[in-house]
Amino acid sequence: MNAQPQHKPAPTHRPEFETELADTSLVGDVERPLTFVERIVNNEAVQRLTILVVLIVIWEIYARWLNNSLLFPTFTETVATFSKDIANGVLVDRTITSLRTLAIGYAFGLAFAAVFTTVAVASGIGTRILSTLTAMFNPLPAIALLPLALIWFGLGTPSLVFVIIHSVLWAVALNTLVGFRSVPETLRMSGRNVGLSGARYVGLILIPAAFPSILAGLKIGWAFAWRTLVAAELVFGVSARSGGIGWYIFEARNDLDTATVFAGLLTVILIGLAVESVIFRAIEARTVNLWGMQR
Amino acid sequence: MTSPLLEVSGVTLQYKTPRHLVTATYRVDFSVHQGDRYVMLGPSGCGKSTLLKAVGGFMAPVEGSIRIRGRNVDSPGPDRMMVFQEFEQLMPWKTVYQNVIFPMKVTRKFAAAEAAARADAVIEKVGLTKFCDIYPHMLSGGMKMRVAIARAMALEPDILLMDEPFAALDALTRRTMQQELLSLWDQLRFTVLFVTHSIEEAIVIGSRILVLSPHPGRVRAELDTEGLDHNSIGKIEFGTLSKRIHSLLFDEVPHHHAREGIQA
Repeated sequence: MNAQPQHKPAPTHRPEFETELADTSLVGDVERPLTFVERIVNNEAVQRLTILVVLIVIWEIYARWLNNSLLFPTFTETVATFSKDIANGVLVDRTITSLRTLAIGYAFGLAFAAVFTTVAVASGIGTRILSTLTAMFNPLPAIALLPLALIWFGLGTPSLVFVIIHSVLWAVALNTLVGFRSVPETLRMSGRNVGLSGARYVGLILIPAAFPSILAGLKIGWAFAWRTLVAAELVFGVSARSGGIGWYIFEARNDLDTATVFAGLLTVILIGLAVESVIFRAIEARTVNLWGMQR
Repeated sequence: MTSPLLEVSGVTLQYKTPRHLVTATYRVDFSVHQGDRYVMLGPSGCGKSTLLKAVGGFMAPVEGSIRIRGRNVDSPGPDRMMVFQEFEQLMPWKTVYQNVIFPMKVTRKFAAAEAAARADAVIEKVGLTKFCDIYPHMLSGGMKMRVAIARAMALEPDILLMDEPFAALDALTRRTMQQELLSLWDQLRFTVLFVTHSIEEAIVIGSRILVLSPHPGRVRAELDTEGLDHNSIGKIEFGTLSKRIHSLLFDEVPHHHAREGIQA
C-alpha cells in the first residue's frame, strides 16, 4: 500500500433537464401482429414436420444408392408394404392386439403405482420402503423377468401384462414420489390450513401440485411399457394365433422380408410419436402448460 | 372489556433442526381482541413467524397454551386462515376465482350459491374482477398477494394470520397493499394478526404492536398505535414512536443495567 493521499472522486455537477417525449410515429404500431410467414416458421408442428421430411429424404437417397432391398429397403417400398398390410388388415390386427395388452398392463401398473405412493406418503417408513423397492427394481430390465413370467403365468397375455406392469410401476411410482416430496411447504400448509387431510389432501393438493413430475413418470412409463411389450413379443410372440406387432416383425424377419420388418418398425415408431405428440401433448397443454408449471 | 379472541399464555416453542433443538420463543403471553390489527414485530430470530405458525396450529407449544374463542388450538383449521409471504401459496392449477372459492368448497362453510357470490364480491373488493379466469402464474406479485388475501377473507375466519405478506413485494406495491389492507379493514373490521420485521409497517398497519426480542423470542413491550397511518409518516409522534421501538429492539443497554442492578 502506498501512502499517497487517496483521491476520492466526487459526483460532477450536471444541469438538470426536462424534455418533450420522443416522437414514436416512425416505429409504426408499438404492437404489431406477426405476419403469416413469421407465424408458420415459429410453429413447432411445422418445425417437427420439416425435420421428419428431411430424415425421410436422407433415408430414400441412401436406400436408392445402396440398392439392396434385402438389407435396406427404400422409404417408398416400406410405405407400400405398410399400406398393403394396413389395407388387408394384418397390421391393424397385430397393432390392436399389442395395444390391448399394453392398455391392460399400463392400467394395472398405474393402479399399483397409485396405491404404493399413497401408502408411501402417509408415513416415513412407507416412503423408505418404496424408495428401496424402486431402487431395486427400477434398474432391472422388465424383459429380464420374462423367463420367470413364462414359468409363473405360461405363454400368453398374462406374462406380457406382468412384465409391462413391472416396467410401468417403478418409473411412475418413483416420479410421483419425487413430485410429492418437492411440493412447496407453503402450498402444503395452505392445504392443511383449510382442514384437508388424508386422501382429500393427496387428491386435491399433492397430485395436482406434483403433476409435472407425475406426467413425466407417465411418459417414461409409457415408453418403457411399449418397448418392453414389443421386445417380449419378439421373444415368444404368439398365442392362439393372435400375435402382436413384435410378432409381426419377427415373422417378417424369418421370411427375410425386410420391407415388412421396416413396416413393422415404422408402425412402432408411428404409435410412439402419436402417443407422445398427440395424447401427452394434449394433456400437457390442458394442464402443466396452462398452469404455468412448465414452459 | 370483552374476553379476548385469541389468548396466548406462557407459550414456549421449540423445533428441531438436524443438529440442534432450537427454542424459538420462551414463555410468551399476549392476547388479541376482536377487531384488533395486532402486529408482532421483531428482528429475525425472535420467533414471530414460528409463533404465528403455532397459532395457525402447524406446531404445538412445548409449554403454555394457545386458545381461540376459549378452544385450545391443536391443529390447522379454517377459522384461522393464513396468508404467507411466498407467492406459491396459490394453487397454480386453479384460476383466481377457483383459488378464492376453493376453501369455501372444501370446508362447506357456505352453500354453493353463497360461496360463488362471496367469491365474486371479495374478488371485486381487491380489484381483480377482470382477472377472475386467469391462472396465478400470469399475475404480478402484488396481484397474487391480493388473491391470497381475498381467499382468506372470503372464508370469514375468526382471525386472519399474515406472515410478512408484503415482504416480497417492491416498495411501491407494498405501500399500496398496506393501504388496501387498511381500507378493507375499515369496511369489514376483521381481526388480523400480522407479523413483520419493519418498524414502519408495524406502526402503519397495527393498532397494537407486540415487540419481541430475539434468541429466544420473549415479549419486550406491547404498544398502542391506533390512529397512526401512512399520513403520519414524517410527523414527530411517528418518529418518536419508531425511535422508541428501535431502542426497545436493539438498545440492550438499559435492560442489562436493570438486570445487573437486581443482581447486585
